[in-house]
Amino acid sequence: MNATVARLTARSLLGRRRALLLLALPAVLLVLAVASRVLGGQDDGLTVGLLGGFAVATLVPLLGLIAGTGAIGPEIDDGSIVYLLAKPLSRFSIATTKVAVAVAVVMAFAAVPTLLAGFILSGTSDRLAVAYGVGALIAGTGYAALFLLLAVLTRHAVVVGLLYALIWESLVGSFVPGAQALSVQQWALAITKSLLGDRAAPLNVTSAVGLGAAIPLLLVLVVGSTWYAGWRLRTLRLTSDE
Amino acid sequence: MSTPGDLAAQGPRPGQGVIHDLGYRHYDGPRLSRGHLTRALFLESAKGAYGLGRSARSKVMPMLLLAAMCLPALIIAVIAAVTEVDELPGGYTSYVLNVQLLAMIYVAGQAPASVSRDLRFRVMPLYFSRPLHRIDYVAAKYAAMTAAVFFLMALPLTIMFVGALLAKLPIDEQLPDYARSLTGALLVALVLAGISLVIAAVTPRRGLGVAAIIAVLAILAGVQASVQGIAVEQGERTVAGYAGLLSPFTLVDGIQHSLLGAETPLPEGPPGTIGALVFLGVTVLVVAACFGALVLRYRKVSI
Repeated sequence: MNATVARLTARSLLGRRRALLLLALPAVLLVLAVASRVLGGQDDGLTVGLLGGFAVATLVPLLGLIAGTGAIGPEIDDGSIVYLLAKPLSRFSIATTKVAVAVAVVMAFAAVPTLLAGFILSGTSDRLAVAYGVGALIAGTGYAALFLLLAVLTRHAVVVGLLYALIWESLVGSFVPGAQALSVQQWALAITKSLLGDRAAPLNVTSAVGLGAAIPLLLVLVVGSTWYAGWRLRTLRLTSDE
Repeated sequence: MSTPGDLAAQGPRPGQGVIHDLGYRHYDGPRLSRGHLTRALFLESAKGAYGLGRSARSKVMPMLLLAAMCLPALIIAVIAAVTEVDELPGGYTSYVLNVQLLAMIYVAGQAPASVSRDLRFRVMPLYFSRPLHRIDYVAAKYAAMTAAVFFLMALPLTIMFVGALLAKLPIDEQLPDYARSLTGALLVALVLAGISLVIAAVTPRRGLGVAAIIAVLAILAGVQASVQGIAVEQGERTVAGYAGLLSPFTLVDGIQHSLLGAETPLPEGPPGTIGALVFLGVTVLVVAACFGALVLRYRKVSI
């Protein structure tokens, strides 16, 4: 970890238009939450629908994508990463720092809004807000690390990441049940489900994997992608655009 | 015609630029008009949206997405041909709505490739130093992106139509729905191209444009599904109907349903004649607003 790298990454992530996008997404969630609480009253089924179907399924992957690829992608693009790599810093510590900043951004813009939306929708009933907030944080961590690795591996990281997050997890996952075992969203839902305890079944919160599989898989994903991103940074080839 | 050197012999006066006549041959041939330029830019951009005329790597993604769009249609056509059914499994008009994610990813990938690169590499002055007006550039790019997205959706629909005809389904039953779905595809293409080009034109940074477009489209679709679901649950049928306005795909589906008479897979279509007109009005307004926003954006591009 390196404070200067962290500060530079945070500044590039939160710069102008990117920050607008980062702010707009959670704002939509909060507006939806307030609107449905006012119109529909407190309804735990609705909370699960909105937090599970919208926050964890759409918002978190998108923010993970923007934060994960944005933490390193633009620097590789314009070639300015060479100035960072030329410094006497371990490439692994650069990768770790960037993942940490991306995770912090996802936490601020996805996990905290999800928690807030949960409180707005359901108050403290059934620990729904906390369960989904933790789920969003964990999913966001997984996505941020994975998409940062993608940004190191390919210049089309955003599109590839989208294909994974939207096509693999939702489309393929709904037709081929086995595909869901390899889905960050399902791993996070396993944790949400276990936090909800007995209330998970009546609220229809399900996950394709058990808790025993989800936690090791998540750890392997986060640690593995961070390590591999650092490894790939040791010999980075800067290719020209198109 | 001056001989080479008679200007150079005088030498440039200090402080005043001179264009030297070095004696090269003049170009006296035909000079093509703005229209030709616009058409050439349109064709180049429309081909470029499928990676034609660009590097091999940039062909991969659009071609893959086109194949993915066509695959379900092909399966439907084969099923119709093998099993003797009296109608296609899955209709034309709901096809685009069912594969909307693929269309979203396609425009998110190609709209920035079409306009962001010109801005990022600062080549706009090269366009505008030709007789091409700014509005021509916008019109050509908009038309090209619309054509590309329309092709993306029309190809699978046509595959289904051909499959239905090969399966000897009656053409007078197939043709109206096929025509409706093509009209819908054109409207979706106009709306999608507009929204994505506007976003791409204000986010020249690589990667950010893709993320911004997909974020806007996915969030609109997500909000639409949530609002409609909640409204249906609460029994608010009018609200549920108007919720379709929120996402480009459901917006056009509403028009297909209420004005063209197609069936809708959504729980609630636009309510009544007023609803139908509102949907049509919003579509026209969105397309016009996107075009206007692009014209304004390119008026600010400095040469």
